[in-house]
Amino acid sequence: MARVPVIRLGATLIATVLEDLQDSDALDLQENLSAALERTGAEGVLLDISVVETVDSFLGRLLNDVAAAARLLGAVTVVVGVQPAVAITLVELGLGLSGVHTALTVEKGMALLERLLASARRQGRYGNY
Amino acid sequence: MATTDERLPIVGEGDIVRARQRAREIAKGLGFGLVDQSRIATAVSELTRNVVRYATGGKGDVSIKSLSGSGIEIVVSDHGPGIADVEQALRDGFSSGAGMGMGLPGAKRLMDEMHVDSELGSGTTVTIRKWRR
Repeated sequence: MARVPVIRLGATLIATVLEDLQDSDALDLQENLSAALERTGAEGVLLDISVVETVDSFLGRLLNDVAAAARLLGAVTVVVGVQPAVAITLVELGLGLSGVHTALTVEKGMALLERLLASARRQGRYGNY
Repeated sequence: MATTDERLPIVGEGDIVRARQRAREIAKGLGFGLVDQSRIATAVSELTRNVVRYATGGKGDVSIKSLSGSGIEIVVSDHGPGIADVEQALRDGFSSGAGMGMGLPGAKRLMDEMHVDSELGSGTTVTIRKWRR
């Protein structure tokens, strides 16, 4: 239903969630991103959830899973745009998204990705940070 | 202020999104702030997902109403298998896989009050409330 467009910018895939996701949309996103990583060999994923008003335990866990799967495919994930109310709710739920890198905005997320990728390259390994 | 007493059916996954969006709108209309709106919508999401996942045929309903202008009450009910041990189901990390599961403790933490009525073989009703500060 809700499509999440994924575009490629250099070695980074940018996925922008455009509306509230139902469970199947979120699972589709996970599959599409993994397929796109394999297809493109991208090393970074930037997932913009700034329009998402509700992140429950299902979506919270899925964001962790997306990042974990991306890491296995050699890519680093940064989730950007977590709304303040969503952040507080997630912490109260007991989901700190501890497996996911986060940044406040797309711009800061891109900068963080660059730093993470540069550091991974220096260490001669990919997606393990 | 408009009186709100709304009942929405839960028959499929799309109803999880509809129910939580409606609960948020009503909470907003009742003067709840952004963080409380998020807490309420998220609790509704957890409870309605339980219905879709675990209730017989994934069916149930959710009703949302205002409490004397200063609170919101949401009742989620299903005719599923029921919960054998409600106290256990309210503990963190517990999921029976066959009843209201992991969402219950989370929903409880996000709300001010939660009551669970469950009868094996006939269904579960969860009532949650939040008061405006």
